[in-house]
Amino acid sequence: MDHLQQLEDQSVYILREAYKHFKSLCMLWSIGKDSTVLLWLARKAFFGHVPFPLVHIDTSYKIPEMIAYRDRLAREWSLRMVVGQNREALADGMNHTRGRLACCKALKTDALRHTLDGTWPRMVMNARGQYEPEDNPEPYTGVIVGARADEEGSRSKERYFSPRDHNSDWDVADQPPELWSQFKTDFAPGTHVRIHPLLDWTEINIWEYIERENMPIIDLYFDRGEGIRYRSLGCGPCTGNIRSTARTPTEIITELRVTTIAERAGRAQDQEDPHAMEKLRREGYM
Amino acid sequence: MTSVAADTQNRLQLAPREQMNIVIVGHVDHGKSTLVGRLLADSGSLPDGKLEAVQALCKRQGKLFEYAFLLDALEAERDQGITIDSARCFFKTDERDYIIIDAPGHIEFLKNMISGAARAEAAILLIDANEGVRENSRRHGYVLSMLGIRQVTVAVNKMDLVDYDQAVFDRIEEEYRAFLAGCGLVPQRFVPISARQGDNIAEPSAHMRWYKGPTILESVDLFKKAPPREDKALRVPVQDVYKFNTRGDDRRIVAGRIESGRIKVGDRVVFSPSGKGSTVASVEVFNAPATESMQAPHCVGFTLTEQIFVERGEIASHVDSAPRVSTRFRANLFWLGRKPMQKGKSYKLKLTTKEVGVHIHELLNVIDASELDSSLDKDEVGRHDVADVILETRRPVAFDLTHEFEATGRFVIVDDYDVAGGGIIREVVSDSFEGARADARRRDFEWVGGDVSRDDRAARFGHRAALVLLTGGAGVGKALIARKLERALFDAGRVAYLLDGRNVLLGLDQDIATTMDSGELVRRYAEVAHLFLDAGHLVVSTTNTFALADHGTISTLVAPAPVVLVHIGDDPPHNADLVLPAQTDPEGCVTAIRAMLREQNLVVRPPEPR
Ligand SMILES: Nc1nc2c(ncn2[C@@H]2O[C@H](COP(=O)(O)OP(=O)(O)O)[C@@H](O)[C@H]2O)c(=O)[nH]1
Repeated sequence: MDHLQQLEDQSVYILREAYKHFKSLCMLWSIGKDSTVLLWLARKAFFGHVPFPLVHIDTSYKIPEMIAYRDRLAREWSLRMVVGQNREALADGMNHTRGRLACCKALKTDALRHTLDGTWPRMVMNARGQYEPEDNPEPYTGVIVGARADEEGSRSKERYFSPRDHNSDWDVADQPPELWSQFKTDFAPGTHVRIHPLLDWTEINIWEYIERENMPIIDLYFDRGEGIRYRSLGCGPCTGNIRSTARTPTEIITELRVTTIAERAGRAQDQEDPHAMEKLRREGYM
Repeated sequence: MTSVAADTQNRLQLAPREQMNIVIVGHVDHGKSTLVGRLLADSGSLPDGKLEAVQALCKRQGKLFEYAFLLDALEAERDQGITIDSARCFFKTDERDYIIIDAPGHIEFLKNMISGAARAEAAILLIDANEGVRENSRRHGYVLSMLGIRQVTVAVNKMDLVDYDQAVFDRIEEEYRAFLAGCGLVPQRFVPISARQGDNIAEPSAHMRWYKGPTILESVDLFKKAPPREDKALRVPVQDVYKFNTRGDDRRIVAGRIESGRIKVGDRVVFSPSGKGSTVASVEVFNAPATESMQAPHCVGFTLTEQIFVERGEIASHVDSAPRVSTRFRANLFWLGRKPMQKGKSYKLKLTTKEVGVHIHELLNVIDASELDSSLDKDEVGRHDVADVILETRRPVAFDLTHEFEATGRFVIVDDYDVAGGGIIREVVSDSFEGARADARRRDFEWVGGDVSRDDRAARFGHRAALVLLTGGAGVGKALIARKLERALFDAGRVAYLLDGRNVLLGLDQDIATTMDSGELVRRYAEVAHLFLDAGHLVVSTTNTFALADHGTISTLVAPAPVVLVHIGDDPPHNADLVLPAQTDPEGCVTAIRAMLREQNLVVRPPEPR
């Protein structure tokens, strides 16, 4: 059978399991290609609807087009958009010159953790498309994430449903077994579960699917006439572009089939410390 | 991205290539990592220069080169470029792409091996020629069989250590073949190899001319993709029922994955165990061409012509080929939990999308999976043990026998919050409710519903229908609690009714009250309760009139409305939902029962204001 169709069915099944089992469920949306494919898959699974909120962590340094794109899709697709931020660190002037990892930890990891557990304010998009504080933010017990096993090593040990303890910590060595399509949907109070519907997808699969579905994707991934494009999206100061004239998913697929450069090579924080990602992930980074 | 193949022509080919998930298992140190390194190297799936670089590094450090180092090296490097790592490796042959799942390199937890193997389509099982068949060779073989992996190549490794001696190979093959036969597994072939020396990996070995079969790479290419399951009988375990009601969408969509068969518009389908029947009105898709039918193994959404109440856990099938329904079945089970599986203790069973309480009805045999023939004289199932058991579920479940339908013939068991065991269903064991079940099925299939559905009622009332049965010895105070419970529910705006068995006797049962055919009395009581439940009530009842054994019949006849069993006093039945002390604080009991109804999601929210 068609491999992409198999991946789609698998992801749809996982999304429906997540929706059934977690009362307080959200999906992380970074506006990047993976989480946008994930969002599209949710619309597939729920026949055009997205029945849970989408959480975006705004570091304030994201490439501006990303924020505009986010809000446009949110309106068009009637998404429940939730935005979190580390206001304190930003007020204190946190930026990448104080150390990329420190910056990532403050603006992404910490912001994410506190947005998910509801201890920091969440901004919710209202019917007029403006953001207002959410009244009683409750902790999310299920968090859907677009991680792929092939992205970098620490992600390859994930399960489809991966428990996190009270401190969002992840015990890699001692994970429950995952048999057939029976996932970990029972969890102790205070813990939460990360759900990974894209675990088996590769970077090429993502583009093949974007092409097959003819689905919208932010155009920063394409060469817009200057011979450069982004391969991976993050904050402006830490995301480099690559030389490429690919203007369509098809051209990107062709390019990926011959490249030997890693997907995240343009992401400066990974270069700072060889174990950067593992460290960040243990602390709850996505 | 996937690993970069040396084969440049393949790189440019855009047509999607076939993929297969395989798992490599075997006793520790029998050479799994070495074989993975070899497969990557000899299939030409390593990045250019990688092998030479690692060999050179070893030389500089004065270490003997090991193929297993390739994995470590790749892991260390993945962030700089190549995303092969030891938990999921990719290699390619001309035939297809392979993903090696949960390959070695990590602590040997059986549950990790099982999680990986459960996703595999085929397996290579390694046995060290020098050490022979060991404990985990056997245990892994057993687990593969249990997981339903039918394609297994056994590689007898380290043939270099035994002078490539055919006699050693033959002996191991004979012994291990016999063991696997005991697990019901017939391996596709045995291949003598040396992972370290490269014998029979990509090239036929010059040291073993006596072996005429395929090399390891050839043998993986001989694995076949599973045949499509669309020709078998239809099975769609219901995953969820959606009614989003937003943006003018009032479709009520039954969602699930088609485990086998094909479903199409106009099909008459039946849902088991409830036995409700309806007709497929449409097949729903999003951003895909409209379609009238869908087949295994796809996820599907469909709507029905009659609005019957179906819920997660039921299995949709065609009318003439429905799955089995019982509260008892015989299964083979393996246990991974930290705490042993014990008799008399309740667990959660997950079978397809159904979740239901379960306990051991009879423990027939506990087996050490690494020995098979030695049955352990135990009355619990310990970690890594395998058991032959009869399980009993709290409510009837629909299932198939594993050899007929894989997906609907296997289950996992949850202890505390984790999956602690898994198993396959060997045979159905009859319980005492088959007659009642058949009656209920016939009744429900023909049932004439009005336009007001159960969902509509539940939405208005803020609760689902349920029968709250209070049990307990004489004088424990259950009648008083029942009255107070009805009152409290009513005062809270609930649709509640106290159904006293005696009232049914006085009226409906007049004709047989003197002859006292107890089976018929139970049936009539249950049918009356069923009508109230169909009308969405919370029915409160005590059971002075009935023996505990009749509760099963009642549950069967009122399903899918649940029977909530509240026991007052000593000696609670194993399936009690709540046990309360006798003759104490009736108000407190009422509060506890109401809390439980909320916890079980039967009472969901305040009633709709009118
Ligand atoms: N002589 C010989 N040694 C081997 C062969 N395959 C693996 N080994 C050695 O056996 C040891 C264990 O191998 P390894 O691949 O780490 O086993 P694993 O625990 O199953 O992953 C290592 O020292 C290997 O070099 C073989 O074909 N011949």
